[in-house]
Amino acid sequence: MLYRAKSGHPGGSLSAVEAIVALYFHHMRHTPKDPCDPNRDRFVLSKGHAAPTLYAALAECGYFDVKELQLLRQINCMLQGHPVCRYIPGVEASTGSLGHGLSFALGIALAGKLDKKDYRVYVMVGDGETDEGQIWEAATSASHYKLDNLTALIDRNFLQIDGSTEDVLRLESVRDRWSSFGWYVLEVDGHDIGKIIDALLTANEQKNQPTMIILNTVKGKGVSFMENNIDFHGVPPNEIEYKLAMKELDGAQKALEAMV
Amino acid sequence: MTKKEMANPRDAYGETLVKLGGKQRNIVVLDADLSKSTKTILFAKKYPERFFEMGIAEANMISVAAGLASCGKIPFASTFAVFATGRVYDQIRIDVAYSKANVKIFATHGGISVGKDGASHQMIEDLTLMRVLPNMTVLAPSDATQTRRLVELMATTEGPMYARIGRANAPLLYKKEDIKDIQIGKGFIVRDGSDISIIACGTMVDQAVDAAEKLSANKISVRVVDMHTIKPLDKRLVLKCARDTNAIVTAEEHSVIGGLGGAVSEILAESKVAVPFKRIGVQDIFCESGEPDELFEKYGLSALHIVKTAKKLMK
Repeated sequence: MLYRAKSGHPGGSLSAVEAIVALYFHHMRHTPKDPCDPNRDRFVLSKGHAAPTLYAALAECGYFDVKELQLLRQINCMLQGHPVCRYIPGVEASTGSLGHGLSFALGIALAGKLDKKDYRVYVMVGDGETDEGQIWEAATSASHYKLDNLTALIDRNFLQIDGSTEDVLRLESVRDRWSSFGWYVLEVDGHDIGKIIDALLTANEQKNQPTMIILNTVKGKGVSFMENNIDFHGVPPNEIEYKLAMKELDGAQKALEAMV
Repeated sequence: MTKKEMANPRDAYGETLVKLGGKQRNIVVLDADLSKSTKTILFAKKYPERFFEMGIAEANMISVAAGLASCGKIPFASTFAVFATGRVYDQIRIDVAYSKANVKIFATHGGISVGKDGASHQMIEDLTLMRVLPNMTVLAPSDATQTRRLVELMATTEGPMYARIGRANAPLLYKKEDIKDIQIGKGFIVRDGSDISIIACGTMVDQAVDAAEKLSANKISVRVVDMHTIKPLDKRLVLKCARDTNAIVTAEEHSVIGGLGGAVSEILAESKVAVPFKRIGVQDIFCESGEPDELFEKYGLSALHIVKTAKKLMK
């Protein structure tokens, strides 16, 4: 997708894959044929630059034709560089300007409580994204309103555009920060789908407080030369890199299929 | 001149929310620690479960409102105009305007008449900031009656909207029989005249009416238009004024750049009607602390200033 688009964000898209797969294919209650079902679980991709991963999941679920994915970021195509709600089926919130999504998800969670609905709200934030002040306004507000129907996931890949998250604007201890803001905090291997599902189920059981799942991830996961390589935050692969990456990913897919 | 009957548009806002809240159960209200000033406290007392105190966290408030709207709620988010727009521009841009969210941002304490708090709190750019956003409707009610009517219309009309009123009491300009003619996107001719049109909004409509009376003593016949909807602007009425009268003055408690005056001048410049034209408002400057009438006088927004401008334009 990104190779064809000749733009986009491979690193943060790849680090988010397993969590998004766990949510859309194993955990969330949703009906792709009825994307506006008022009782659906919602997912907000606050780190909107991981749009390719979200779009791929939505297409595979059947929200729209998989062929659309080839047109990502092109003129007259539905799939915008960053997610847009009301325009792309299955996209809940328009994101891309960092820091908004957690607040948006909080609004959905408040509406759920008000309407006594049992849907859950999931939101993924980037680790670098939590530099934004609005994240902490929302963090305070979500625990103030005791929103136990809200589960956030932080893609903790330790990298942002200008370098390591710890060099750019120190985030550690991520766990202590969120728990001091009144959140129940879980920490898992963000590339282990089984463990992510377990964490999501544990979060469902929490009462009177929102849950933050720290996903320990590797930026660019699955493509050796992209892993932990900040050069691939917002730059797509060239032709040689694309072929190499696809070879590695195809190999990984074959290995997985052989296991099944 | 007979003493004018006064009412506070903020009270009108709070009371209308309460009234609507009983009929429209999907109305929710958010505030950022200013509910006593914005009067959303009236709704909070009546419908506490549908009132969300967001604290001094305006960015969060706007995005939360958008999330609520995505679930079919009709959120009214309120704070002072200065915090309701500039401070949260990006949240409004993406979560409200771009997303076509049914969020109603209702700001109080707009303009320089907040007075003594000074320029930090005198919002004179909000109409411009909101007008430039695609999908956004922008309103500036002039009195308590019109505020009631426009709040009702906001609640029943789908789409992102911004409205701003001032802090102070305002003279009542509308009668009961006028109410049905107050429509979003339609200017209202408060008084008719043939020599010059004053197109005003918000607090400046009253100043324009005063100016019109003074001018009529000088045998200048003035049409006063209450252009409460800045966007979508009533283009037909602007052009009608250009054809019917010999000059146009706009008047707003706002910067002359990009607000009502900006919007009217854009239409006039692209029309084939040539008409003498002047914008009254704050002249690209931060004002200062002071009493509202002192500020109106010093910064050229008083009725007397409109009179002088009109006379000069008529020469």
